[in-house]
Amino acid sequence: MFSTTTGRLRAVKPALQAEGQNRKEVNGLAPKRIVLRFGKDISDKPIIYYLVKDYDLVINILKANVNPNKEGTLVLELSGENYDKGIEFLISQGVTVQPLAEEVFRNEERCTSCGACTGICPTGALHLERPSMEVKFDSDHCIVCQICVKVCPLKAMEVRF
Amino acid sequence: MAIERTYAEINEKIKSGKAVVLTAEEVLSLVEEKGVSGAARQVDVVTTGTFSAMCSSGVFLNFGHPKPRIRMQKVWLNGIPAYSGIAAVDAYLGATELPEDDPCNSNYPGEFRYGGGHVIHDLVARKPIKLEAVSYGTDCYPRRELETCITLDDINEATLFNPRNAYQNYNCAVNLSDRTIYTYLGMLKPGLGNAHYCSAGQLSPLLNDPYFLTIGIGTRIFLGGGTGYVAWSGTQHFPGIQEDGQGNSYGPAGGTLSLIGDLKQMKPNWLVGASILGYGATLMVGIGIPIPILNEEVMRCVSVSDSDLYAPVVDYSEAYGQRIPGNLGYVSYAQLKSGKISVNGREVPTAPLSSYPKAREIAGILKQWIEKGEFCLTEPVKLLPSCKDGITARTLEIKGT
Repeated sequence: MFSTTTGRLRAVKPALQAEGQNRKEVNGLAPKRIVLRFGKDISDKPIIYYLVKDYDLVINILKANVNPNKEGTLVLELSGENYDKGIEFLISQGVTVQPLAEEVFRNEERCTSCGACTGICPTGALHLERPSMEVKFDSDHCIVCQICVKVCPLKAMEVRF
Repeated sequence: MAIERTYAEINEKIKSGKAVVLTAEEVLSLVEEKGVSGAARQVDVVTTGTFSAMCSSGVFLNFGHPKPRIRMQKVWLNGIPAYSGIAAVDAYLGATELPEDDPCNSNYPGEFRYGGGHVIHDLVARKPIKLEAVSYGTDCYPRRELETCITLDDINEATLFNPRNAYQNYNCAVNLSDRTIYTYLGMLKPGLGNAHYCSAGQLSPLLNDPYFLTIGIGTRIFLGGGTGYVAWSGTQHFPGIQEDGQGNSYGPAGGTLSLIGDLKQMKPNWLVGASILGYGATLMVGIGIPIPILNEEVMRCVSVSDSDLYAPVVDYSEAYGQRIPGNLGYVSYAQLKSGKISVNGREVPTAPLSSYPKAREIAGILKQWIEKGEFCLTEPVKLLPSCKDGITARTLEIKGT
């Protein structure tokens, strides 16, 4: 279990670092949307508190599901000068960190572009391209509210864990 | 001189590969350029298409006889009950049928993950299907229970028979209440949060033959990726012209079709099982109907565009369910497709539930079939009732005992 987790971290960390550098070039304070996963051994630690106190990061929690003695997930927007150090701290605490865009994805084969999701997607991540009327999914704007996962008549929207 | 064509003349051109075929979308620019009369002279056939959830769909199945034989009083396919109150080893599986233990809306809004429509999709996809049956046993049908596995190729017949498909027009649904509602037209947010419509508009079959000049019993069509036929008018076939209280006319609505075809030659991407949150299971059906350009009148009918076609806006939080007459006004399909409409003076975002890209693809496939000479047109045995016949809906009275 432990080795699987560290393997995943090794894969994610360089990608996040690359994103971090890119972000600095554009705007040092642009928020990044990330998904944090806590094992049940650390779900009782006040980790987010330390992100604010020790790293002076700006946090906007988009979705949280953390319970004592259970595995938990947290979707948040994170920004600040010490972004990279904050991510390193999270990883050192055993938190799995992933970019948010990987979370909800569209099964292109199943989607028929019916459009049912486009009226309820709160951010316009799922939208109709005009005049073709094809449904497009812009994962950068997805906040993983998962309403589309429930509403899609063909179960074409899936959550990737 | 005004052009007149017969079915036989059009079919001769199809067989010799000389028929001029356009989709109902493509024909619009030709009519704009050359006028109705000029376009009618040039074009032989216009193809239409629609792809959407159509609940009144299902399949007649004959499984063949096991040894010893069974009457099949009750039948389940992948756990979904099929109607078997007909002859031995015959059954009808409806698209909206659910497992007997489905939680339905007791866990609101229900998910309806697998129903009759999904079984039909799995059958067409050639997946193995678990067949269970029980019976009471007779001298000629001694077996009392059966459990086996079938595929579409194993069984004798599988006839798709859809009693009510291809609705001519449909409501645009909104929600005036203060809570989210879940309808067959999708999830509607409170306080006019969104508006859902369900039609291919200018590509829709019955909006291109509003007076039923060409579509009738025996019309050969694209059905579920194969060929099918119009069997009859659909249930609730009440063709009419929409009007508001001030005598303004908003075009055709109310016609439906009953369709039939051999499921074995259909394709899984054009018959897709679907789950409507909080409502139920269903089947998305792909339909394409060719319109023979017999004369200028038919060409005038197919030259309608989204800005000529209107849907009534209806409140689904109360007016629809309580059968309160009237609506919140009419909006054109051009407005609906633009992404926003105005209702009660408020701007409301819109979304379709009918796939316009798939409708366009179907009209294109049917066009290709005809151009290649693979698909000839059939002259209807009998045309269907039109708005001239004045058929109106009866309602069901709840009588006291």
